[in-house]
Amino acid sequence: MAQEKGIGAHLGGHLRENGMLVALVVIVVFFTMVLRFGLDKPVDFLQPLNITNIFLQNGHVIILALGMLLVIVSGHIDLSVGSVAAFTGAVAAWMTVSLGLPFWLVIPLTLMVGGLIGAIQGYWVAYWRIPSFIVTLAGMMVFRGATMWMLGGQNIGPFPKAFQGLSSGFIPDLTGIGKPHGLTLILIAVAIAAQLWIGWRARARDAEFGMAQEPMGVFIGRNAVVAAAIAFVGWQLASFRGLPNVMVVLVVLTVFYAFFTENTVTGRRIYALGGNEKAAKLSGIRTDRLVFLCFVNMGVLAALAGMIVTARLNSATPKAGVGFELDAIASVFIGGASMTGGSGRIVGVVIGALIMGVMNMGMSMLSIGSDYQQMIKGLVLLVAVIFDVYNKNK
Amino acid sequence: MATLLEMRAITKTFPGVRALDHVNLAVEEGEIHAICGENGAGKSTLMKVLSGVYPHGSYDGEIFYDGQLLQNRSIRDSEHKGIIIIHQELALVPLLSIAENIFVGNEVARRGVIDWPLAFRKTEGLLRKVGLAEAPGTIVGKLGVGKQQLIEIAKALAKDVRLLILDEPTAALQENDSAKLLDLMLELKAQGVTQIIISHKLNEISRVADRITVIRDGTSVSTLDKAEISEDRIIRDMVGRDMAHRYPDRVSNPGEVLMEVEGWNVWHPEQTDRQVIRNAAFTVRKGEIVGIAGLMGTGRTELAMSIFGRSYGRNVQGTVRMQGRVVDTSTVQKAVAAGISYVTEDRKALGLVLEEPIVRNVTLANLVGVSRRGVLDKRRETTVAEDYRKALAIRTPGVQQKVVNLSGGNQQKVVLAKWLFTDPQVLILDEPTRGIDVGAKFEIYQIMNDLAAQGRGVVMISSEMPELLGMCDRIYVMNEGRILGELSKAEADQEKIMAMIIRDAGKSGPANNGEAA
Repeated sequence: MAQEKGIGAHLGGHLRENGMLVALVVIVVFFTMVLRFGLDKPVDFLQPLNITNIFLQNGHVIILALGMLLVIVSGHIDLSVGSVAAFTGAVAAWMTVSLGLPFWLVIPLTLMVGGLIGAIQGYWVAYWRIPSFIVTLAGMMVFRGATMWMLGGQNIGPFPKAFQGLSSGFIPDLTGIGKPHGLTLILIAVAIAAQLWIGWRARARDAEFGMAQEPMGVFIGRNAVVAAAIAFVGWQLASFRGLPNVMVVLVVLTVFYAFFTENTVTGRRIYALGGNEKAAKLSGIRTDRLVFLCFVNMGVLAALAGMIVTARLNSATPKAGVGFELDAIASVFIGGASMTGGSGRIVGVVIGALIMGVMNMGMSMLSIGSDYQQMIKGLVLLVAVIFDVYNKNK
Repeated sequence: MATLLEMRAITKTFPGVRALDHVNLAVEEGEIHAICGENGAGKSTLMKVLSGVYPHGSYDGEIFYDGQLLQNRSIRDSEHKGIIIIHQELALVPLLSIAENIFVGNEVARRGVIDWPLAFRKTEGLLRKVGLAEAPGTIVGKLGVGKQQLIEIAKALAKDVRLLILDEPTAALQENDSAKLLDLMLELKAQGVTQIIISHKLNEISRVADRITVIRDGTSVSTLDKAEISEDRIIRDMVGRDMAHRYPDRVSNPGEVLMEVEGWNVWHPEQTDRQVIRNAAFTVRKGEIVGIAGLMGTGRTELAMSIFGRSYGRNVQGTVRMQGRVVDTSTVQKAVAAGISYVTEDRKALGLVLEEPIVRNVTLANLVGVSRRGVLDKRRETTVAEDYRKALAIRTPGVQQKVVNLSGGNQQKVVLAKWLFTDPQVLILDEPTRGIDVGAKFEIYQIMNDLAAQGRGVVMISSEMPELLGMCDRIYVMNEGRILGELSKAEADQEKIMAMIIRDAGKSGPANNGEAA
């Protein structure tokens, strides 16, 4: 068989799936090169501090985008997540600072508040069929106002160390090596092994069912790139201060939602609901309850994002979370979700969020003004979606 | 008579598929020319080539129209020359008035300002021509499909049509509306409008067509004159073999009563004082195929959907018994658990998640059957889908194929597979062969027979009386929400059924639903 042609045809057919990963790599390489050779004083873009910061500074976007994917797949939208994150952040700050509650109590309570907010919005969307755009637009205003009311126009902070650790802490090195961070290296090795094992198993399953297979070359190449990227990021993190706590949360959530969307009955039903609500309903799926749950889940994740941001800033402010909803929605669409619901993958969303994060950091390091940054980010979103539509129509 | 249109050796290829292969078609001035063929034979593609949807250069071959070589760059081009196509799916804007719809894109305007009085007057004239007694200001969405079809024709007449193409114009119409439409076609013919009609319904074709061209697998097989037209001949040309039996043989052996519906009453979901189903009752036995006949809009679908998890209507009352025990069918889950399945008449809108692969559609109604503690077993899921693909002969490279890419017949098989996987005792099939070609119809009939042979009960709702008569052990006749009576296979024929309906319609006076013909 002509292997060359096989690879070309395959890449043509799966442009979208691998396209965003390639785009992320290209963007990283671009900034690395420009920062090294384009400036009078060369800067190392991929230095450990920067890699750590990308995850610290964008963790909340990824968390919001995970929940937003489910909402968008179900055929809805949530514009309120920025305000909800700000409000729950304020609630957490109030409980911690004013009430003096310990962080292990504050965190679950705040998540419950977020879930409750999601439930209220989801109730109107799911059971009253009020368009989610309207309900969450109202929520966006209401909870922005509620945040200001709660804070009385002031910041609440600072927080005890334990609460700050949620966003700025690093995992302890249980191996006692210290530098490089031993536990980080072990976890990274486990992650690479898991990635290769899962990839290989999926490939074996495809072969068994006679599905269209990735050519071996592409399979090896893709996995090698991903493994190398993980190894590199891991090494850089280990040689700095190890894995940030936020990153542990991110990885756990990403793996959980990837599994949930692709391998569980409930996840599958959400896709069916977004693809054709009436058909799903006539297939015995309780579509309204699923929509409701998507919004509850979004509320909980918004609360988590709110706490992480609040902890990072070390104070709850009335202006927190402005524009978060747009970052999250942009990540989901850059990641390849359909605007009409029914499709989109967790991996794509995380890559979409990373693309936004890397661009933010790279452009800031190049001292590009926020005016240009906004314009460029907007164009990237547009191009990604145009690329999507073009691919579908081809 | 002169030849108005001649298409010579038209070849059109899509990536990987040759949709048309040297198709020839000649249409005389002033005739009604029918095009027949199975679904996917290439009829619609040929019409899209003619009407400029596929512009000149995107196909091979030549089109001569009115003695000149036709090189359409767009639909607009062909419309200027008087070639107008009315698609299967009506292209009217439901929220606009009749007049607005008729002149949309073709407005009666001077310097961009629409002359509404003139447009309304013209509309009145056009409506008279097509025999529609509605005010030009009527909102189109409030009219039935039959009337909308007439508006489409009026719209074509507004554009000075010379060659009118009707793509399955009666597919969604009930019998008397179809008859009206066919009469109108003959009338237009008398006025000199040349027409091409694409249709599956052979009785209609033999009624209006002067000549027929049969297309099979992307090539034109034959062109028949009126004298040669017979249903058997057309079917033979269409499927490429003799269809001695249009319905597969079956030894009917009904057993005990499986399902009993009693005192079923349903009200309209919005118009709360309108009763859609009145005191309906019917039974289904094991191994039996039971038909429900009736005109469109008479409440057959509403009856089935209200039984299936109250998916239609409000204030649903009545009892359902399965094997003698009263069962709760108030939600779809409960109905499925009770052993009832409903295969919708509208498979694209209500039956399938089109953008998802076959395998995901097959397991959708019974995901629990391919999962353990909420986690899907994809190996088992694929095996299940593969088994149904083989058992029902779903023609596709694999079960990972998206459903949207399948033909109507194969899509219908996917919907059937979905419901079979819930292992129902009774399947209610609503128009199971609508929009499906002759060959696939036969296969669906075969599947229905197999289901009955397995001891399941099958309820078949259909607007095509021959298929009810050919398939069913018993037929219930419905009109205006009531079941008028039942006929056994031996006593049922088309005249008896129609007579029951018409006698009932006469009894109850003018129809009280908005869909009045």
